[in-house]
Amino acid sequence: MLTKRIIACMDVRDGQVVKGVQFQQLRHAGDPAELAARYNVEGIDEVVILDITATLERRQALADTIRAVARRIFLPLTVGGGIRSEDDAAAAVEAGADKVSLNTAALNNPALISTLARRYGSQAVIVAVDAKRRGDGFAVYVRSGTSDAARDAVEWAREAESRGAGEILLTSMDRDGTRSGFDCEMTAAVSNAVNIPVIASGGAGGLEHFCDVFTRGHADAALAASIFHYADTSVTELKRYLREKNIPVRM
Amino acid sequence: MIALIDYGAGNLTSVRKALTALGAEYDTPASPRELGRFSAVIVPGVGNFAATAALVGPWREAIGDAVRGGTPLFGICLGMQWLFEGSDEAPEVAGLGVLPGRVTRLHGDAGQRLKIPHVGWNALAFRGRNGTAPHSRLLRGLSTGAHVYFTHSYAAPVTDACVAETSHAETFASVVERDNMFGVQFHPEKSSEAGLQIIRNFLDVARAC
Repeated sequence: MLTKRIIACMDVRDGQVVKGVQFQQLRHAGDPAELAARYNVEGIDEVVILDITATLERRQALADTIRAVARRIFLPLTVGGGIRSEDDAAAAVEAGADKVSLNTAALNNPALISTLARRYGSQAVIVAVDAKRRGDGFAVYVRSGTSDAARDAVEWAREAESRGAGEILLTSMDRDGTRSGFDCEMTAAVSNAVNIPVIASGGAGGLEHFCDVFTRGHADAALAASIFHYADTSVTELKRYLREKNIPVRM
Repeated sequence: MIALIDYGAGNLTSVRKALTALGAEYDTPASPRELGRFSAVIVPGVGNFAATAALVGPWREAIGDAVRGGTPLFGICLGMQWLFEGSDEAPEVAGLGVLPGRVTRLHGDAGQRLKIPHVGWNALAFRGRNGTAPHSRLLRGLSTGAHVYFTHSYAAPVTDACVAETSHAETFASVVERDNMFGVQFHPEKSSEAGLQIIRNFLDVARAC
């Protein structure tokens, strides 16, 4: 039976993991490769590098980070945050990314989804959708959540699928950073509307939140960052809990 | 020396990285004429079966000759599908045809939320008595139920060559093995320890030749 995936996201700026990492055992707490290796030992299913570097040397720094992480783990590795063009995607893939995650670039230029799907296969193209509740729907935002894209999340996810996206990474802006749980209603609305896997993100605070998003939210995978970084919840502990709740996970 | 065939179907970075980490000596032959100097062949690949059209002709002949001469061959994902006669994904392109059967599209099951593509970690069910695989060289050191990482929409049928199968609404061949021919539908290079063990096992087969 296909298991539910647990994905760790590392926000990386200038080659260092940000959002505060407090693993005592790590020699370099902010080093993405060390953190990824730690997650691998704990049984993480995938790793996402979200690049938030804003400098001109961004692409080179990101490639170095991807290479360093890819050397340490033999798991699917996704890179997002800095992918604005086919060249950006090619640089990430050459450095060792298995998938690229498109956000603002996909909304500005939806043809990029198809271009990358043709070049690398749909399995390599994730479309990231940042959305917040508005009325009965879910409004999509771009530019790190600062700009209203005037699109509905369900409708945009369907379009992304039809253009060749292999997965949807859906982040609830209402829940992000709150640790109050994933937005299960939004996740279910998108997951039920598309036939490609949906990764839920935003709001993970406790073990039960993952259980909720896999059951009520119909998520295929769940992504979290700080909950794992701070080591208040280990991946091993989370998977043991989910297994007790009869949710299929890889142990 | 292992020949890693690069025919433009997907990125080989992950496969190269795994081979390097396991201490394998490998190279990417530029032409099929070079194949004679290699002791084993790996055909990787991800994406549409139509991409294997690049192998039609001299490559297909050279790889076929090598296999018939006893050279170990390991197909990964699309490379495993290529071992069969063909695929419904690109009916006009012939596979290598060293294993009988055709690759067909998975259907999934919307009611049970089993989506296509089949993406993620799923279990290998060994097909031997009581979930064993006593004669498989590729599965040495692994147990039935081991999880590996899949990403595909098409799959090969369960035939006599299948040593482990996997279920996703329907049951398909996830590991095939016959004589010197080996194939896996999943990505061992992205399947952590279980995947590395499978690559290691193939390297052992290659060294023994």
